[in-house]
Amino acid sequence: MRFPLASPAAVLVFCLLGGCSGVQSALNPQGPQAAHLARLFWIFTGVCTAVWLAVMLVLLVGLVRRTPARTDPLRLDARSERRSLMVVAGAVVGTLLTVVALTALSYLSQRQLFARERPAVTIKVTGQQWWWDVRYESDAPDKIVTTANEIYVPVGAPVSVKLAATDVIHSFWVPSLFGKQDLIPGQDNEIQFTASRPGVYRGQCAEFCGWQHAHMGLLVVALPANEFQAWLAAQAAPAAEPDDAERKRGAELFAAKACIMCHTIRGTSAGSRVGPDLTHFGSRKTIASATLPMSRGNIAAWIVDPQGIKPGVNMPNVSIASNELDPLVSYLAGLR
Amino acid sequence: MTSAETAAQTDLRDTHLDDAELHARLTRTWRTGASLIERLSSVDHKVVGRRYIITAFVFLCLGGLSAIAMRMQLARPEAKLLGPDLYNQLFTMHGTTMMFLFAVPVMEAFGVYLVPLMVGTRNIAFPRLNAFSYWVYLFGGIFLWASFMLKIGPDAGWFAYVPLSGPEYSPGKRVDVWAQMITFTEVSALAVAVEIIVTVFKQRAPGMTLDRIPLFVWSMLVTSFLVLFAMPAVMVASTMLILDRLVGTHFFNTAEGGDSLLWQHLFWFFGHPEVYIIFIPATGMVSSIIAAFARRPVFGHLPLILALIAVGFLSFGLWVHHMFVTGLPQLGASFFTASSMLIAVPNGIQIFCWLATLWDGRPVYKTPLLFVLGFIAIFVIGGLSGVMVASVPIDAQVHDTYFVVAHFHYVLIGGAVFPLVGAVYFWFPKITGRLMSERLGRWNFWLAFIGFNVAFFPMHILGLQGMPRRVYTYLPEMGWGPLNLLSTAGAIVLFASFVLLLINAVRGAARGAPAGDNPWDAGTLEWATTSPPAPYNFPRIPFVTHREPLWDNRESLPVVTGLSVDVREHVAGTVTESFPQLRESSPEPSIWPLLAAISVAAAFLASIFTPWAVVWGSIPVAITLTGWFWPKGTPEDEE
Repeated sequence: MRFPLASPAAVLVFCLLGGCSGVQSALNPQGPQAAHLARLFWIFTGVCTAVWLAVMLVLLVGLVRRTPARTDPLRLDARSERRSLMVVAGAVVGTLLTVVALTALSYLSQRQLFARERPAVTIKVTGQQWWWDVRYESDAPDKIVTTANEIYVPVGAPVSVKLAATDVIHSFWVPSLFGKQDLIPGQDNEIQFTASRPGVYRGQCAEFCGWQHAHMGLLVVALPANEFQAWLAAQAAPAAEPDDAERKRGAELFAAKACIMCHTIRGTSAGSRVGPDLTHFGSRKTIASATLPMSRGNIAAWIVDPQGIKPGVNMPNVSIASNELDPLVSYLAGLR
Repeated sequence: MTSAETAAQTDLRDTHLDDAELHARLTRTWRTGASLIERLSSVDHKVVGRRYIITAFVFLCLGGLSAIAMRMQLARPEAKLLGPDLYNQLFTMHGTTMMFLFAVPVMEAFGVYLVPLMVGTRNIAFPRLNAFSYWVYLFGGIFLWASFMLKIGPDAGWFAYVPLSGPEYSPGKRVDVWAQMITFTEVSALAVAVEIIVTVFKQRAPGMTLDRIPLFVWSMLVTSFLVLFAMPAVMVASTMLILDRLVGTHFFNTAEGGDSLLWQHLFWFFGHPEVYIIFIPATGMVSSIIAAFARRPVFGHLPLILALIAVGFLSFGLWVHHMFVTGLPQLGASFFTASSMLIAVPNGIQIFCWLATLWDGRPVYKTPLLFVLGFIAIFVIGGLSGVMVASVPIDAQVHDTYFVVAHFHYVLIGGAVFPLVGAVYFWFPKITGRLMSERLGRWNFWLAFIGFNVAFFPMHILGLQGMPRRVYTYLPEMGWGPLNLLSTAGAIVLFASFVLLLINAVRGAARGAPAGDNPWDAGTLEWATTSPPAPYNFPRIPFVTHREPLWDNRESLPVVTGLSVDVREHVAGTVTESFPQLRESSPEPSIWPLLAAISVAAAFLASIFTPWAVVWGSIPVAITLTGWFWPKGTPEDEE
């Protein structure tokens, strides 16, 4: 069998159906690794499409061609059997060569993609049911930054992400930057990627991890190096003191209610590590693991009824009086 | 000489009887009685095989309904039809039912029904074990679905990855139900595998040398060996899981020195061959159908057999491609890329040989052939997307996304279910004696073909657009809504095609046109019997002179004689040449296999609630097995 050139039709079909856009698309690469992966994907797709078309062509021609009627099914023509044998043998050799070529291509890509560089930033991401704990490591303890569900990276520099899990297996996947890697309890994994352009790229847990697997999203925010450093410095600072009466009241409520049982707000008495660190909560773009956009309304909705938004989530519905909600929301939104 | 005369009377042979007398006596010897107890005691491979097939299709229906429920939920973003709890149960039930209660059993069922007919013997080897295996399978399936109805359906996925399925993150009985159900199906699958291997090796009609064994029988033989080697891995895994859950061992508990990846290795060491346990019998069906409707023997008989065996071997060397993103060493992972791609070669050989057969033949477009043509179009897509996911880097993007969901449905529905439906149309006249409607058959095919592609092709794109598997919903801004809606529409059409299949089967069984012995003028031995076959299969055992005996002997089949007509006997022969060695007695019907299955099921079920059930439950198991194997003192046993 011969393999004609990659069919552009398949490429067209994918693009028409929207395969080339999207914040979380493998076909919308925003970094060298993802671009390499997308290229490899299209080469494989081209070869496979060509093989499929060739098989279908042979099948169709075989069905429509006029074959002399055979009175006795056992009376075969020795010459045409020999010819079939030659063609089948040729097709098998062709398959073997194709498979060897694709394997070699895959192997070379793999070596290149997973090669390690000295990272500009190292980030430790710990998967938990159903959110991401994000920690920027540093030799100086006061420079260690802890946040959740949003990963800021400098543009154009290799970023190393160390992956760990404390409960069940999760999988870290930001398709427009790189392929996925599992977070496995008791095992240390690591991936490296680079973002080529400033932007916000969405990712999502890819290994089934229980009830809210569907709502375990994250964002990767790529910033120019100087903006990234400014962000990092801001995040390393303790939480802003509440500056008006309502926020002060909110801080008191936070400490008095069940909130403090699970969350950390650096610079206050809240220091539990069960749930996400909220020190600079108000500066984030989303809440509830990239499920809701950051807004006062959504913060309020989440505090009042987390179980309605993400059924089964580990944050309980806490009883909050109606006059307590506004101060609490103001306090949290003010943690910038 | 009176004793000799008596012996001659009791030991009446089929040699000199006329056809009517032979039929009457063999029927009396081999038939299944009409009373309830007699029916439950049946050890006839055709009765058991029919029950297996019907039961498997009931589970297909349940698995299909759970798929439809999931597709309804996913048809639009943030739908509130199903919550995460029910959705997780449904996808677990869907996968578990389709793999363990439908796909594997239905292939075995066709093997149980057809292999003895195709090799020309009177019953399957170990027929009581066969009856037992059916009952165990039935009870396992009922157990799983009853649990679901009682709202304790398993919800950790058909793959049940630890630690999620472990005692800490899946409290309650749900995963226990899953793990025990796996044990049920392991027992029944292993039993059938042993029966088929022995039937093929020892009970073939005289003259059926290894190279005259039909391709479907070869495929069941290779499959049975895969079952023998693959099932023990999942047996170890599910036993370790249930020990972790019920008696507090720590096989998979990282905190206590266990290993959570160990589960994945064991599960996929079984799980990948499992795909071929489903696919290889389907290739046998394809070969049977193509030979009959291309009106010539399949091109490349020997290469096809070698390809089957090669696929069988290679299928044990691929399991790591399910684990490419777990952080394995790179070089090790790329070894499995090579082996996964290599399996495309024997599979390619099969496709090329079928194409060559169709090329040279003059195809008769009956429904079975349509499904085989659909199979080629769909399965080749699935195989090629398999080549893509075999690549470590590409897999890093598409692993655990809807791309993979699309890929394996192309492989499993295209590669196994399409040939299976073709096989239903093909062998239905043999099993029931009546033909199904061709007109409905064509509708069935086109609905299935279009519905399938509309349902599953968009999933490739969804996966690339970032949609992970096993999500109960998704956010509207992800933009996955329209393709999901399209996919749901396709799923409904696909489901409708199966409703049509059911209607056609029921109508056909009730008032289809009489089929005759060999409606398709096919060449293998099952078409030499009446439709439906008599309880004894063949009045006299055929003597095989060719791979396609019925095409080689147009007038009448040569036969061998000398079997008793008053006691159950079949011919046992040598493994390679099938040279007859002895007359082997075949077991009588018995109620003990059912009783043994009930006691085994009770012990398994109760062990979920207390480990003591293993101790006390073994007593009824021992009693029923003793009853089953109690020596009967038949004259032949004492000879």
